Amino acid sequence: MGKPVHSILSKNFIADNDRTDWHDETLWMVRKKRDYASSQIPEWETLRQWASQIKAHTLSNLDHYLTVFEKNANANGIQVHWAANAAEHNEIIYGIIKQTGISSMVKSKSMLTEECHLNEYLQDKGLQVTDTDLGEWIIQLRKEHPSHIVLPAIHLKKKDVSDTFHQHIQTEKNNNDPKYLTTAARHHLRNIFIKSKLAITGVNFAIAETGGIVICTNEGNADMGVHGAAVHIACMGIEKIIPETLHLSIFLRLLARSATGQAITTYSSHFTSPRKGQQMHIVIVDNGRTRLLGNNNFRNSLKCIRCAACFNTCPVYRKTGGHSYHSIVAGPIGSILNPNTDIKANADLPFACTLCGSCSNVCPVKIDIHNQLWIWRQQISKEGYAGKTKSLSMKVMAYILSHPNVYRFSGNVFRMTLKYFPFIVKNKLNPWYRQREMPEAPKKSFRQWYIQKQKSEFKKQHIKKDS
Amino acid sequence: MEVTLFIPCYIDQLYPNVAVATLELLQKLGCSVSYPLQQTCCGQPLANSGFYSLSNKCNENFINNFSDAGYIVCPSGSCTLHVKEHLQSKTRQSKAEKIKSHIYELSEFITDVLKPKNLTASFPYKVGFLTSCHGQRGLHLSSMSEINEPSFSKPLQLLNEVAGIDLFMPQRVDDCCGFGGTFCVYEEAASVKMGKDRIRDFETNNVDYITGYDVSCLMHLEGILKRNKSRVKTIHIAEILNSGTNG
Repeated sequence: MGKPVHSILSKNFIADNDRTDWHDETLWMVRKKRDYASSQIPEWETLRQWASQIKAHTLSNLDHYLTVFEKNANANGIQVHWAANAAEHNEIIYGIIKQTGISSMVKSKSMLTEECHLNEYLQDKGLQVTDTDLGEWIIQLRKEHPSHIVLPAIHLKKKDVSDTFHQHIQTEKNNNDPKYLTTAARHHLRNIFIKSKLAITGVNFAIAETGGIVICTNEGNADMGVHGAAVHIACMGIEKIIPETLHLSIFLRLLARSATGQAITTYSSHFTSPRKGQQMHIVIVDNGRTRLLGNNNFRNSLKCIRCAACFNTCPVYRKTGGHSYHSIVAGPIGSILNPNTDIKANADLPFACTLCGSCSNVCPVKIDIHNQLWIWRQQISKEGYAGKTKSLSMKVMAYILSHPNVYRFSGNVFRMTLKYFPFIVKNKLNPWYRQREMPEAPKKSFRQWYIQKQKSEFKKQHIKKDS
Repeated sequence: MEVTLFIPCYIDQLYPNVAVATLELLQKLGCSVSYPLQQTCCGQPLANSGFYSLSNKCNENFINNFSDAGYIVCPSGSCTLHVKEHLQSKTRQSKAEKIKSHIYELSEFITDVLKPKNLTASFPYKVGFLTSCHGQRGLHLSSMSEINEPSFSKPLQLLNEVAGIDLFMPQRVDDCCGFGGTFCVYEEAASVKMGKDRIRDFETNNVDYITGYDVSCLMHLEGILKRNKSRVKTIHIAEILNSGTNG
């Protein structure tokens, strides 16, 4: 097994044409909902601008706002922990859990804990973690990773969910009724919620001014977990900070509209201090983010509020599925973030893109996503991860295009080959030709036509003059 | 008005008719057109593949050919955008900047600079319009479905003036066709799937032609159409605007 590559994984995905069409249609529908929701707000483009500027300001003063946040959170009775990387994040959380003696816990959706592979880590320590977001729970049962950051099980159809539930919680075989399946999930998860004394959550926004956090869900599962728990551990990347509660009003208007086309998520819950007798911890994680922060080219990617609008609009994502990106965060934003974590393993991702630019247009914080992918491409070839064949062919191409005579000679050879020796290009080794015909080769290039035309016009003029 | 033509490499070699139509159209509209003979390519295939660093000499050659030009017109949105965004020179940056501010994609040159009172083209067919991404989102040739902005389209403004034309816009008006430069070979499966999906809407609505301002996207769709023996053909906007009775 070679390393996973987007072009091959997507070929496998597309092989099931009906499923691909269904995936594409489903996500396009979400994109259309987003279009409608945003069109209902006359000041939408201004909100995006403001959100982008607030994030730019915050990122420029991140050290300040993080320490203000810590101070205020501490004053509220929250314990703040700092993790430089995924390993530290997991160790800190394990440390907290060990002290409590609790062995089973619930977790609401958090892409950061996915990024740090927290579930696997805790399970290896003999602990039981149940993901309570419905989509997350389904993929947890299936031992898969999310294919989308907002709709983690969007790659699955009703039948797949039914089969999974039948296997794990003994629902009726082939009962694909969504209501039946969600009710079964509800009953099963309720029991786990009630028994669980520890809740792990993500964070959508951390407000420096108040030292509190905001968690947005549609299922209320974060609230349910936290309310019943003696210990709440919230995990956040350093970029989740915003300066003031005032600014939240902008982000909350943008987030759900961009994500699903809802005006707002069903629950936008503020957690500012622990209940009496409850412990509340916040783990603040770097894990490569300061590398992005220190890089002019990619700093803007830290503005991301994880709405996944770029996923839904991306034609490549819609038609190739999240798992083709072989990483926790798929889609356009993932193709920026993943090479930062491991450039070699993710060198293919910035190329899984046509640079169409739709992602940058839907981004609620105006990240110039497609431009950053272009820059990653340069970085990848510079660091030698483009592959030998590609590097060589690019050198040849550069030579041809830099020398007009060579360009013209090569052009002639190419056209003549197409015309008289078509089998050289019309074969299975040419990826263009596999499912597409080659263009018909004209006898003359435009330049040749142009020169001939100039000559004949010159002659005509002289004949006129002479006569 | 004096105009210098930039004809992208693949148009020069594979679609000379598009270049001829561009030249003739501009002449019809009263321009005096020249074509620098040592031009090759804007360097986009290198840059979008991650090898912008290899395009220095290509850039210099571009500047050699176009530094004396006034208006530069190109029948491709994508190549025009590449020049505008990425042309640079270590020693002649001011010349590069002048080129970048004087280069136009064909349809925007006609609507924004030439502003002819009327076009005299006629093309009595049902024509589907393919919105190519770089021209649209990069050069802003038309409004974009993601952005809340007044609706407009420079190429459609021109096509609407063509006599007898029956224009058709696909449902997903500006979803990418999947060409994407070297993406079309390195990500062959995704590219072809995207192309097929684009074509479906045109085919079910019985268009005779698919047109647009980027030959590269049209070439990709043409390849799929021909392989599937479709009756739908592709044609560049210059060929439509140059067609008909007027000479």
